[in-house]
Amino acid sequence: MRFSKLGSAAAALVLAGSLAACGGGDDEVEVATETDFEAGTTMAELSEAGTMTVGTKFDQPGFGLLGLDDVPEGFDVEVAKIIAGAMGIAEEDIEWVEATSDIREQVIEDGDVDMVVATYTINDERKERVTFAGPYYEAGQMLMVAEDNDSISGPEDIADNPDMKVCSVTGSTPSENIREYLANEDQLVLFDIYDKCADALSNGQVDIVTTDNVILLGFVSESDGEFKLVGEQFTEEPYGIGIEKGDVEFCEFINETLQENEEAYLAAWERTAGEVEGTEAPELPEPDECV
Amino acid sequence: MEPVIDNLDLYWSGFLTSLEFIVYSLVGSMLLGTLIAAFRVSPIPALRGFGSTYVTMIRNCPLTIVLFFMAFGLPELGINYSYFTFGIVGLVIYTSAFVCEALRSGINAVPAGQAEAARAIGLTFSQSMREIVLPQAFRSAVPPLGSVQIAMFKNSAVAGAFGIGGDLYSVGRTLTSARGFEYIPVLTGVAIGYLVITLSAGAALAVIERKVAIAR
Amino acid sequence: MSDQSVLYDVPGPRAVRRQRIGTVLALLFIAGLVGIAVQRLASRGQFDAELWEPWINPGSDDFAQVWELVGKGALATGIAAALAITLSLLVGVLLGVTRMMSGRLGRIPVIVFIELFRGLPVVITIVFVWRAMVELGIPVDVLPGEDALWYLVIGLTLYNSVIVAEILRAGVASLPSGQGEAGRAVGMTEGQVMRSILLPQAFRTMLPALISQLVVVLKDTSLAAVIGLGYLELLRRGNQISQVLDNPIQSLFVVGLLFIVINYALSRLAIHLERRLSTSSYSSPEPGTAAITLDAQSRGGGPG
Repeated sequence: MRFSKLGSAAAALVLAGSLAACGGGDDEVEVATETDFEAGTTMAELSEAGTMTVGTKFDQPGFGLLGLDDVPEGFDVEVAKIIAGAMGIAEEDIEWVEATSDIREQVIEDGDVDMVVATYTINDERKERVTFAGPYYEAGQMLMVAEDNDSISGPEDIADNPDMKVCSVTGSTPSENIREYLANEDQLVLFDIYDKCADALSNGQVDIVTTDNVILLGFVSESDGEFKLVGEQFTEEPYGIGIEKGDVEFCEFINETLQENEEAYLAAWERTAGEVEGTEAPELPEPDECV
Repeated sequence: MEPVIDNLDLYWSGFLTSLEFIVYSLVGSMLLGTLIAAFRVSPIPALRGFGSTYVTMIRNCPLTIVLFFMAFGLPELGINYSYFTFGIVGLVIYTSAFVCEALRSGINAVPAGQAEAARAIGLTFSQSMREIVLPQAFRSAVPPLGSVQIAMFKNSAVAGAFGIGGDLYSVGRTLTSARGFEYIPVLTGVAIGYLVITLSAGAALAVIERKVAIAR
Repeated sequence: MSDQSVLYDVPGPRAVRRQRIGTVLALLFIAGLVGIAVQRLASRGQFDAELWEPWINPGSDDFAQVWELVGKGALATGIAAALAITLSLLVGVLLGVTRMMSGRLGRIPVIVFIELFRGLPVVITIVFVWRAMVELGIPVDVLPGEDALWYLVIGLTLYNSVIVAEILRAGVASLPSGQGEAGRAVGMTEGQVMRSILLPQAFRTMLPALISQLVVVLKDTSLAAVIGLGYLELLRRGNQISQVLDNPIQSLFVVGLLFIVINYALSRLAIHLERRLSTSSYSSPEPGTAAITLDAQSRGGGPG
């Protein structure tokens, strides 16, 4: 086992060197060359294996989008690389698995993945099935409307306009949060991806799209002035990293790793979601207690 | 089955939306399919070529691609309607190719002697088509047409999955995702809704088939 | 009415002239349709090289990656379809034989099963299988490959095995009754008659219909992309590419064309086999058309 670990570390070094030679030095996530974990912990196992499996979104621009090279790109992906790197696992030794909103708990419970980094909001219901490290990012839900829509300036206005339709994605936290602002259930339209919500807004099928600010900002910047954001963030959506329920040591390790790598974290933001116009660089939130 | 019973009103409105969608698609696909079938048997080679190209392309292309093209392709061309409309147009385009083939198989089932006899007594092409061939063709096309349309009823669920909104499929999606009910009872309710549509349509078709059957 | 010339005379000079005018009008009509489409595409910049180059220019940076993804997607589609059609054949024959060999009462559960899955939209069946297996904790991990593959395959199999059972029943029903009677006359049991006389003959006639059904299965694998199953088949790969390159029209065009070419080839193969295998004295009503594909569709009421 020692050999394979050395081998993969060496491979990582070679790759880092070759990338640096291309002048892409700042894209690098640090990979620890020496790791020392208490036997029996998840970190020791993964570090020993030299590989890990990470669940992320494959269709979420800025956070996790499967590129043409068949490897996902985005902020979530970079965060996962930082954590993997701290265990001596290089990015090419990470196996990426698609974790759609509907199946995130399932893939963790089944042990199909070692962790899920997938715009995954921490909430109590989910905590019953998985343990969350982090949060690593504080998103907030907002509303996006067409440029000429003046009747909506915040979620409270939705109930006053019962003919207006609100669009969100199945199985997502925003779709649950918005329900308390609706005049009736018929106002809510659900699709499987946000692209369809944006399309539906553009053809007048729905009047409001609601989800986390960063996702909406992506649509606004692509829309050439067709869409706008209104109001304030009306929820706090702390994104966490889902791991097997009860794995406190791994959770604490992830939190420490993020705190120690704030610079890498900010750099990761800048080259992914931070490229979208109008986004602000996040502050690394204080981690929650691991339970 | 509690989630179903507690939300019967939601299921009912989903059922009606699905029915509405199906009726539009039924009428549209019959009209377009008949037009394409007319092209395919016409004396003008260019129209025949157009008809057969259309049928070959559409029949071999998944409905999902037709729907994706409607939803994501057409907006790029500045053509933008609701998914409900796009869904109907997509399903009409797709189903019409099968309607065309069902009608053509009906025409082919009319024995050549019928047309020969019509011609022998001096009827013109349009007279023999109108008076002799088509009435028989439509009757023998009833069973395949019926199957094509029942298949279309089921395909409306694909459009539903795509997101036409408010139909049976989206009721299932709303109840499981937004309201957190368990999948098995909710989807059982959705399945029953579709079974009511397809099984009763199948029974109706059997009655119609017996009525129009031609003794040969 | 296999020969359409029965419908009208060999045209005389006037009719020829009329037909020529008709042809010109038809060509104008077709040219008009194509023209509008092309004009619309052009005015929206859909012929821009940057949208097409990743697909057609081998010198483009993305060309190799794009086609590699398409290759992976086609393989995934092929695997799912091959597994589904093979399993459908096994389960379908089992269902069909059980239905034919059981008594009046014993038949009922099989008939209920068949009517149930024939009446359900296949997309609902797939979603149901997926969600129910997850909710009930039925493991698919023991099977090789991704979980999503098996949800898709099992859903497709439930639907298509029912169709296969119906195709088999039609195949057996189409055999002359003397075949079974002769078997019984020489003292064979019902099982022997089925096994050694009826099924081998029915299988011959089934092959073309099975290939036509494969076309249906291939098309239905793409349902995975609609229900968010997370199985990266051909259509999902096309969507992945268009999401990165922002060229949905071009990507869907290429993926759609691939489906059409493969399925068209399979349909032709089915027609060819039907003609070669046809041992009965009559031939299909109009050779050269895809009559059987339609036939399989009518039998199954398949989604086509």
